[in-house]
Amino acid sequence: MTSQVLHLARRSVIRTLRQPANWITPLIFPLALMAVNSGGLDAATQLPGFPSDSFIAFFLAFPFIQGALFATVNAGVDLARDIQTGFLNRLALTPMQSAALLLGHLGGVIAMGVLQALWYLAVGLAVGVRLESGLAGALVLFVLAVLIVFAFGTFGALAALRTGSTEAVHSLFPVFFVFLFISSMNLPRDLIETDWFRVAASLNPVSYLIEAIRSLVIVGWDERALARGFAIAVGLAVIGLALSSLSLRTRMART
Amino acid sequence: MRRTMDVALAVGWRMLHNNFTTPSLLIPGLAFPMFFFVAFAGGLSRVNDVPGFQFPVGYTAFQFVFVLLQSAAFAGVFTGFGIVRDFETGFARRLMLAAPDRRGILLGYAIGALGRWGVTAVVLTVVALLAGMQVGGNGVDVFGLYALAVLVNVVGLLWAAGIAMRFRTLQAAPLMQLPIFLSLFFAPVFVPLDLLADWLQAIAHLNPVTLLLEAGRSLIAGTPTHVGYAFAAAVALIALFSLWAVRGLRKAEAAGGG
Repeated sequence: MTSQVLHLARRSVIRTLRQPANWITPLIFPLALMAVNSGGLDAATQLPGFPSDSFIAFFLAFPFIQGALFATVNAGVDLARDIQTGFLNRLALTPMQSAALLLGHLGGVIAMGVLQALWYLAVGLAVGVRLESGLAGALVLFVLAVLIVFAFGTFGALAALRTGSTEAVHSLFPVFFVFLFISSMNLPRDLIETDWFRVAASLNPVSYLIEAIRSLVIVGWDERALARGFAIAVGLAVIGLALSSLSLRTRMART
Repeated sequence: MRRTMDVALAVGWRMLHNNFTTPSLLIPGLAFPMFFFVAFAGGLSRVNDVPGFQFPVGYTAFQFVFVLLQSAAFAGVFTGFGIVRDFETGFARRLMLAAPDRRGILLGYAIGALGRWGVTAVVLTVVALLAGMQVGGNGVDVFGLYALAVLVNVVGLLWAAGIAMRFRTLQAAPLMQLPIFLSLFFAPVFVPLDLLADWLQAIAHLNPVTLLLEAGRSLIAGTPTHVGYAFAAAVALIALFSLWAVRGLRKAEAAGGG
């Protein structure tokens, strides 16, 4: 089982590295969006009650979540391609265990998550953001970021296994994006003026993932925000893993 | 000409049929702009209170124009995904063999992109009006805004088609999305130009999307400004990307359509 997972994880990592678009985009795009949002919304720090005088520090949590979405979609597309090209069918003829296939596939997602977390953190520090939680906070942030990538990755795998179509997985990207945008990504929840939006952001688990990362950057050690963030990341990972395992079983049965 | 149009209409009809009968293609195309609108107009309405922010018809209309233009551009990009799928499945190869004038294929994809965006634009407008969007412009101004968006749709399609026909793989999807996304966001998206951070303001001044956005916002506010320049910029972009797309078509032909 371990050997099977490692083989597939290696394949997943190599395949990601061989497609520059799959790793360049998650490394560049979220930071570009962070730059334009920070430039565009810098004036928002003048709003009474805004928790930071630097919008870029406030917004640093964003690339971690958006990068996770990118890694998720790219990994989902790779898995969907395996289905479309018949690779999964051929695997079904081998003694490969279904769980190994899923975990191996997610190995590539985690590798991407590690790379992304290091990169975003480095760029954040390079542009002058200082973590209020210090070095220990950076380590916690790193662990949380990789956990989020893994959790989202299980949903990318689920989308691929359910649709079996690369185009459908790509088209789901905006849907994943929705969770990012209907959240406290741009403003703290207590500064969101529109009632229904504030409620939706409060119901959206992504808000708490963002707030957990953000707390390490602009607050320091906010146990409540961190507990919520970790609980949601673990919960999403468990749910995603369970649902994708079920879908994989169905997909393998079909083949 | 008639042969070109026959090809164009057939390809356009097929694109529209595929889009409107495949929920996994239709729903994201509609949901994407809707959620941007909701996220920006709803989530950022407090930005209206930032000192120096002035837009006579409110923040909802301010964001509506951005999302309308964005949806137009992205309808073109999403159509590019469909073009790639045609290449990946081998349909494009058969299409190229059958089409007497292959430029009709490009025109057909443009028809597909326009039809796709048309539905999005209607839904987006209805949602915006239901959300209480104020419109200060008269009928001519509003027509001008939508005409501008149609041109942006063509620009988005031509860019994506050029990429799709050169790479012919969905792995090139980020190349279709990223430049469009960035050019849209390196513009005054959330606040007027003079409230942007200095470095972003400098870039936005050079970005043609700023011209389109400001002209669109002036039209919805009923105070048309630089509209002629905006249309000229859009037409120039269409001319430029037409060359890009046609050359992409020639490269796909040279590669045997596969």
